Amino acid sequence: MIKKGKLATFFIVVIALLVLIGTTSSWLLKDTKLGLDLKGGFEVLYEVQPLKEGDVIDQNAMSATLTAIENRVNVLGVSEPDIRIEGDNRIRVQLAGVKDQTEARQILSSTAQLSFRDINNKLLLDGADLKAKGAKVGYDPQTNQPLVELSLKSKQKFYDVTQKISQMQPPANRLVIWLDYEKGDSYEKEIQKKNSKIVSDASVQEPINSDKAIISGGDIDAAYGKQLSSILNAGALPVKLEEIYSTSVSAAFGQDALDQTLFASAIGVAAVFLFMLLFYRISGFVSIITLLFYIYLVMIFFNGINAVLTLPGIAALVLGVGMAVDANIITAERIKDELRSGKSVLSAFKAGNRRSFGTILDANLTTLISAGVLYYFGTSTVKGFAIMLMVSIAVTFVTNVFVSRYLMQLLVSSRWFDKKKSWFGVKESEIREL
Amino acid sequence: MSFNPTKFDYIKHRKIYFAITIALVIVSVLLLSFRGLNLGIDFTQGTRVEISSENQIKEADVRSVIEDAGIDAEEIDGIQFAQGGKLANVTFVGEFSQDQISEMKQTIEAQYDKEPSISTVSAQVGQEIARNAIYAVLLASLGIVIYVSFRFQPLYGIATVLALLHDALMIVAFFSLFQIEVNLYFIAAILTIIGYSVNDTIVTFDRVRENLGLAEKGGRKVSFDELAHIVNESIQQTIIRSINTVVTVVMTAAALYIFGSEAIRGFSLALLVGLIMGMYSSIFIAAQLWLVMKGRTLGRTKRAS
Repeated sequence: MIKKGKLATFFIVVIALLVLIGTTSSWLLKDTKLGLDLKGGFEVLYEVQPLKEGDVIDQNAMSATLTAIENRVNVLGVSEPDIRIEGDNRIRVQLAGVKDQTEARQILSSTAQLSFRDINNKLLLDGADLKAKGAKVGYDPQTNQPLVELSLKSKQKFYDVTQKISQMQPPANRLVIWLDYEKGDSYEKEIQKKNSKIVSDASVQEPINSDKAIISGGDIDAAYGKQLSSILNAGALPVKLEEIYSTSVSAAFGQDALDQTLFASAIGVAAVFLFMLLFYRISGFVSIITLLFYIYLVMIFFNGINAVLTLPGIAALVLGVGMAVDANIITAERIKDELRSGKSVLSAFKAGNRRSFGTILDANLTTLISAGVLYYFGTSTVKGFAIMLMVSIAVTFVTNVFVSRYLMQLLVSSRWFDKKKSWFGVKESEIREL
Repeated sequence: MSFNPTKFDYIKHRKIYFAITIALVIVSVLLLSFRGLNLGIDFTQGTRVEISSENQIKEADVRSVIEDAGIDAEEIDGIQFAQGGKLANVTFVGEFSQDQISEMKQTIEAQYDKEPSISTVSAQVGQEIARNAIYAVLLASLGIVIYVSFRFQPLYGIATVLALLHDALMIVAFFSLFQIEVNLYFIAAILTIIGYSVNDTIVTFDRVRENLGLAEKGGRKVSFDELAHIVNESIQQTIIRSINTVVTVVMTAAALYIFGSEAIRGFSLALLVGLIMGMYSSIFIAAQLWLVMKGRTLGRTKRAS
């Protein structure tokens, strides 16, 4: 009295699930956003400090700083920047997938305070004399060398300044253009340094009758010129940014970590599958199908809420497989118990299901509490772990209640297994007569 | 006959288990007070530079590269090698400025053809992370006590939380004993264990409650011996499930520990230790503890009547 229809439905559902997973998972993986620990990138926590004595760091200063940083990140062209204010005077910036991290960090934290000075460091002109969006990259008409052209508000002022410089005795007749000059910096010392704050120190032979100042030669290549003009145009930072925490992962490290951990995950999951198959036979087979679908669903949910996959996040997903199997084990153990006591396959299945849901709920909710706390206190990669843990637990309920039970239901009610109790991992010798 | 976990008497020798556990706890506390933890830069302050290369990295080379980057090699706190010497983990006590970091990056990349990963933590942030970690553990424990007390009874809650604090302490003590570096992920591992190891305890308690409910049908009073029998039976009934669910998670954690990335190795190890100690505490400690506490209340009601 085997109901072939139920059995056929079972196989159709299983094959449909496998086809669905097989055909769409590559698309799903492509859609997954990787964290900075997997694709390289950096995270910096800045403390916002006053630029000048007497400046106050209040909410206005903080939001102005946030906007300035956002403008600069746009210059970098990073696809998924994460920039947020933390506490009263901190800003956390996470940029995954940045190509040149050093450059990016310079662009972010440079206050971009432009100043024109003589070689004795006396201030002649500053950023306020620059026209809005007044910096652009150009090329020297003769040598075709890249240069940065600064448009100034007042032609007269620039003429006066250059006149003063040109009257100085060579080699002192230099117009020194500084980025981020700080009190105590001096021309003699700074010009020796490799990453100097001095962007130009051209000598001036005669007064310049123009509103255009040119920065050229030396460090200026096309890339740096573009960077410099972008920072100047994005606007100066109203504050000073001090890095108080930073972590950077190179892209190569990220790739290695991803490969190794995916390999480890595959082995871990395969071991769980093998274990389930050996220990619970047919119930084990059903849980393998369920778990495959579980992983698939977790990734869909995870992408759906726009979460970012981090290294510990992958660990959470794999651990989740170990945990999700719990639900199957509770049910499968109950079924074994009932079978040993001599019950029929059908009534054993029903009894096995009856009480397991409450237990599964209790067991998973405590992990959910921990994950919630972790989400609240954790930052970046740890947060990624907490999110994955929570998603895994939520999906466990769905797959356990809807997929696993439905599949088992189909198999058991086909009555094909009525005489095959050993298929559930029970030895014939253990079964008591009723 | 070989050892059969479904026939074993888990109650008879409870005093031995308690003694073992108390001894373990004392040793752990001593370890922590005298040996302390090998705190990574996340909880203190400092800089960590991870250098990766296609070839074996030599310690002397690392030192000279650091010198080349304009940093005194005396400032190096330690160098650990991993992955057959192709990965070097250099730690410094001090924090470096943005310029120093970029200088170091460039110099190391020029030498080893691979960009290093560099993290730096200031003392202020390190202390905050450490403080938050402690808050998180306490808050999670509190949340679980409240949940278990609400779903069951306060006594179950107390037994559960004692067991989970035991599990957390064992992980910390293990890391103290072997002086394995503790980083941010370690806290994630502790909290995961706190949430997860409760599972087995809850499943056992669930069965205790079910069996106790049957025994107390019709307002019947249960004696201590009967209670002990119920607890023992409940553990026997759930033991295979307890072991098997831990085994599956252990398999995944072990795979991550053996084959996974260096960055989460400590994390996976903490999970492994926590899972095994969690299994121990839920089989040998939690239910027995509940039995003793519940037994006391039985005694009191008897005297009162």
